[in-house]
Amino acid sequence: MRPLWRAFAASNRGVDSGSLALSGATPDAFVMNALSVRGLTKTYSNGVQALKGVDLEVERGDFFALLGPNGAGKTTLIGIITSLVNKTAGEARVFGHDIDRELEAAKACIGIVPQEINFNMFETPHTIVVNQAGFYGIPRQVARERAEKYLKQLQLWDKRNGISRGLSGGMKRRLMIARALMHEPRLLILDEPTAGVDIEIRRSMWDFLREINARGTTIILTTHYLEEAETLCRNIAIINGGRIIERDGMRSLLGRLHVATFVLNLRESLGVAPHLEGYVTRLVDDHTLEVEVSKEESINEIFARLSALGIEVLSMRNKVNRLEEIFMRLVEGRAIPGEGAGEVASAGAPATPRTPAEVAR
Amino acid sequence: MNSVAQAAAPPIRLNVVRWIGFKTIVIREYGRIIRIWGQTIVPSVVTAVLYFAIFGSLIGRRVGVMGGFDYKQFIAPGLIMMSVITNSYGNVVASFFGAKFGKHVEELLVSPLPNWVIVAGYATGGVVRGVLVGLAVTVVSLVFTHLHVHHLALIFTALVLTSLTFALAGFLNALFAKNFDQVNWIPAFVLTPLTYFGGVFYSVSLLPDWAQNLSYVNPILYMVNAFRFGFLGVSDVDVGVAFALMASAAIVLFAVAVGLMNRGTGIRE
Ligand SMILES: Nc1ncnc2c1ncn2[C@@H]1O[C@H](COP(=O)(O)OP(=O)(O)OP(=O)(O)O)[C@@H](O)[C@H]1O
Ligand SMILES: [Mg+2]
Repeated sequence: MRPLWRAFAASNRGVDSGSLALSGATPDAFVMNALSVRGLTKTYSNGVQALKGVDLEVERGDFFALLGPNGAGKTTLIGIITSLVNKTAGEARVFGHDIDRELEAAKACIGIVPQEINFNMFETPHTIVVNQAGFYGIPRQVARERAEKYLKQLQLWDKRNGISRGLSGGMKRRLMIARALMHEPRLLILDEPTAGVDIEIRRSMWDFLREINARGTTIILTTHYLEEAETLCRNIAIINGGRIIERDGMRSLLGRLHVATFVLNLRESLGVAPHLEGYVTRLVDDHTLEVEVSKEESINEIFARLSALGIEVLSMRNKVNRLEEIFMRLVEGRAIPGEGAGEVASAGAPATPRTPAEVAR
Repeated sequence: MNSVAQAAAPPIRLNVVRWIGFKTIVIREYGRIIRIWGQTIVPSVVTAVLYFAIFGSLIGRRVGVMGGFDYKQFIAPGLIMMSVITNSYGNVVASFFGAKFGKHVEELLVSPLPNWVIVAGYATGGVVRGVLVGLAVTVVSLVFTHLHVHHLALIFTALVLTSLTFALAGFLNALFAKNFDQVNWIPAFVLTPLTYFGGVFYSVSLLPDWAQNLSYVNPILYMVNAFRFGFLGVSDVDVGVAFALMASAAIVLFAVAVGLMNRGTGIRE
């Protein structure tokens, strides 16, 4: 009977704690933040240590990127927060609600778009979203109205009465987004929501996410499209091998990359790379030249020099996205050019969380 | 930070959430029963027709009187109970295991509903199926024989308690099951034999002493007899004991199911 009692006890504590998060005179980050994770570890039954002591703070109203290579522990971390995975040790709070003591209140705040499809393929999209709202205590009439609103916004209204198995991959992902929004959560967690979604719809999803973020919903996003994270998110954490290796404001992080590599497309073919005093250049093929430019230097100077040499540039692009460059360097434990060696050493260990206030919004 | 994010969230009324959540699970289970009615309702009706036609009409004529009643009248409550047991159990084991297998159990696990609400919802879904099929088989019985009603409230209580018990047992089966074989194993090798030896087709008073004694450890015997008592007013066992047994079984199974859910057995890594 004890577990039964525990279930009752845990949930009843949840009732009076609703105001707790907002009444504190000295707002402790652990109480005030949308998400607060301390010392979280997870060892799966097969011995895999997926999380090795994760600390993470996500402010209210933030649009937060959680990035990391395959197997880094992103889904495990999200699983613990949404109680799909039992944690091994540590604490987590959602809007001040401890997941051990006020699980119901914590879960009521979260909307989750999982990485893998997890709705009943034999139910219709309409049934799926209306029932999901019911599991969060939304009355059926309200749920029907919201179903119309969100299925329309995610362009699934025409498909609402067919069985979900018949949806395309991108539609299935959108259905999971609609489902997560039905109880209008304060924290929306999206685990690779745009995987397999076409460009047009991806962009409309971005607009959509920006809009709900602007209306006050805190968003945590994992994605392998770094351009997406760069465009959308204000703050970022990079997780690798079960540890947070970087936590910074997006602009501040991007600002730390002091060198950009440009790829120039040339009209005439070149035999050898032209010598440009003070720049590192490399000839990729006879029509393509790469130039490394540090942040302080102007690009005009390069064009001036190339013109002087009679070399005409047809077009130019960035070699890689800036975030991609930083991400690769952090994950591989290499230095970010322009930063002191000391910074790099800290990349291997859990980074001290920087306050997101650093970043201009 | 914008002002909307700072604004106080409306207090979460957990009891309202639980009640609506519970209803939603039951509605979803009901929807599933109706959606696949060919698998959920029809088989038991067909089986009942066959039993009545063969055991009742053909063989029953030679059996004559059982427990003081016409054989068809005697087996009718047993056949209804048999379909209630199989269907309550089958509904929950298939639906909940299906939800685990298809991962949509996660829809409930991430929701704020506590585990006892989830268990109660699925169990009630099983009762709904048991009662629906029980009614359908009752209609079949009425085609073949007439049913005497001794005590309607007892009939109904026995019906609900039995289906609740087996729905919860089905839930436990689904929690532990790792594949579809383990879903089919218990109904085939435990439930069916116990039902057949549970006095559906005969009165245990016909059995030799040792077999009678053995029958008394079979929980289904008590359920079938309590139910039959509601119709015919006769029973092989003490009806009070039978109801106490059913109620305790349901309570214990419920507590065990919630306990296992809280530990994450079979549902959480
Ligand atoms: N159910 C499980 N049982 C055992 N090990 C697991 C389980 N789920 C994940 N792992 C392991 O835990 C580690 C972290 O996995 P996780 O799914 O959290 O990574 P991820 O960051 O989400 O990766 P991806 O980008 O590929 O989705 C991996 O080594 C993975 O193999
Ligand atoms: Mg993942």
